[in-house]
Amino acid sequence: MAVVTVIEAIREAMREEMARDSSVFVMGEDVGRRGGVFLATKDFLDEFGEQRVIDTPLAEASIAGIAVGAALSGLRPIAEVQFADFIWPTVNQMIGEAARIRYGSNGKLNVPMVLRSPYGGHVRGGLYHSQSVESYFAHTPGLKVVAPATPYDAKGLLKAAIRDDDPVIVLEHKRTYRSVRGETPDEDYVVPIGLAEVKREGTDVSVITYGLTLHYSMQAAAELENEGVSVEVVDLRTLRPLDTETVLESVRKTSKVLVVHEDNAAVSVGSEVSALIAEHAFEYLDAPVMRCAGPEIPAMPFAPTLEAAYMPTAEKIAAKLRELVAY
Amino acid sequence: MADAELQTDLPDAPADALTTEDLLDIYATMLLVRTLDERVWAMNRQGKAAIVASSQGHEAAQLASVWALRKNAPDFFCFTYYRDLAVTTALGLTAEDSLRGFLARDGEPLSGARQFPQHGAAPELKFINHSNVIGTHVPQAVGWALGAKMRGEDTVVACFFGDGTTSQGEVHEAMNFASIHKLPIVFFVENNKYAISVPMSRQMAIERYALRAEGYAMPGTTVDGTDVRASYQAASIAVQLAAIGGGPSIVEFDVERYLPHTSDDDDTVYRDPAEIEQARKRDPLEKLHALLSGTGLLSEERDAAMKKRARDEINVATDSAEAAPFPSDEDVFRHVTSET
Repeated sequence: MAVVTVIEAIREAMREEMARDSSVFVMGEDVGRRGGVFLATKDFLDEFGEQRVIDTPLAEASIAGIAVGAALSGLRPIAEVQFADFIWPTVNQMIGEAARIRYGSNGKLNVPMVLRSPYGGHVRGGLYHSQSVESYFAHTPGLKVVAPATPYDAKGLLKAAIRDDDPVIVLEHKRTYRSVRGETPDEDYVVPIGLAEVKREGTDVSVITYGLTLHYSMQAAAELENEGVSVEVVDLRTLRPLDTETVLESVRKTSKVLVVHEDNAAVSVGSEVSALIAEHAFEYLDAPVMRCAGPEIPAMPFAPTLEAAYMPTAEKIAAKLRELVAY
Repeated sequence: MADAELQTDLPDAPADALTTEDLLDIYATMLLVRTLDERVWAMNRQGKAAIVASSQGHEAAQLASVWALRKNAPDFFCFTYYRDLAVTTALGLTAEDSLRGFLARDGEPLSGARQFPQHGAAPELKFINHSNVIGTHVPQAVGWALGAKMRGEDTVVACFFGDGTTSQGEVHEAMNFASIHKLPIVFFVENNKYAISVPMSRQMAIERYALRAEGYAMPGTTVDGTDVRASYQAASIAVQLAAIGGGPSIVEFDVERYLPHTSDDDDTVYRDPAEIEQARKRDPLEKLHALLSGTGLLSEERDAAMKKRARDEINVATDSAEAAPFPSDEDVFRHVTSET
């Protein structure tokens, strides 16, 4: 067991998979000599050579499109979009194409590619280095979407994504990159796509969350514990396909649910989780499902006061939990 | 565009010439494709085929490209677009396969009748034509060429698209990348001068698309795409260049579109009938017929027999496809991911 940061876990996942399988390669902006702007591919150029560590022009649509084509031909590309805010040019290829190619070819083709991207804010990133983009992709059948929050999950899910035979969007919260540390096993392992995990057991109320707000929810849960409230925290980890059973199991146990995410609430992952609970666990609920999410504004602003006003922090989550417990 | 104005910037390498046998095979395939194209257009007007995009006027360029790949590349793979009936037929998609697609019947091999006709994939026949969104296949074709190069294969990738597609930003991105990495790919541009209704003058400010090749540091040529031999020569040089590691090229075929964009389009509101009449004088089928009969390679009797064979094949295929059922509704949930 080694204690590593999230970005180190991601780097190790890719390094191990590239060493294990010669069909795996990385492509993206500055992934070569620079090693990626967050150093996810640090030293990869020396280790694997420029054939498998491809610095691309600044052109996200074709980073995705060329990765789709390489995946169709039998390779396993890992395409990096430097910031998720720059992911929109890839929508045509990822949502329009990659998601539909298996279906549209009646199963004759598949697209075993990974598209990695740092997302999320609370890093003074402003409108164009803070966005949460997950709902657009999680809406799309044919894609798989993961959003790990810990080094263990980041490494295990990225490895699972690289080995998966379908296109997987791997969203890495950039604030977790160097701020979150944790243990990862020395031996090879994967975290299966599609499984949530109870990160903290509790009996009074459930928090369903993912990404950076997992950590803020854990802080809020610790705070509530001092007030005599037992909070269960479920980390979705995979946003498509959702692990409905783990969510419902927690709801049946606590009967009160707070859905927490940084993305704004309307038509979001939280909307889907809330709908699933209403459909399948209505009779177990002792209170309405509540949400603590980003506000309905276009993106997270730059000024610290405005950023703080956006962000669902541990304090805001704790306040919502108290409201829910008192219901 | 008169032939005298056409320019060739490709290296002057010899192409493995078309034989008499090749020309007769191309003529037979062109007859079959034209007969099939006319048949499905008629079936659309009968209410039987929901949507048809015609290849009429493009056939010589398409068949010359396939023959150029076959005779000059150790191996090849094609990314095609919706107007490539002659490419897919030459690659082995049968008339009945295509008809099952036009009629959305069970057993349609490209997409299981989930997609518009001619869309889906036949990797066993060396082609993919997945998307209805123009240009998305161009970076994908480049990605396939990257994969072939990384694996050390000697595959030449052929990417076919129309003049309308050349305006997409992804096409620029793809060509730039292909040239940087000297990938084994040929971009075959079938320029019929119309993007649905928008003429060349509103698509680009240059006279011919291949001029853009210079900006990518790749060879580009414009050739009479209604002339099989000229098209074959230009295509072969580009294929050979790709095959020896010389990188990508653009081969622009000057072709004609005799029918509306699709069966849902009405070209009478934007095209002068006299223009189409003039374009008919370049009909690739007529030109190949004139070449073969004029040089004594095709007698009237043989021509009549070939035409009858094409009609018979299409008749049999039509009956068989019409007799096939629609796909089972149980198919709708299959092949979403590897788990389904």
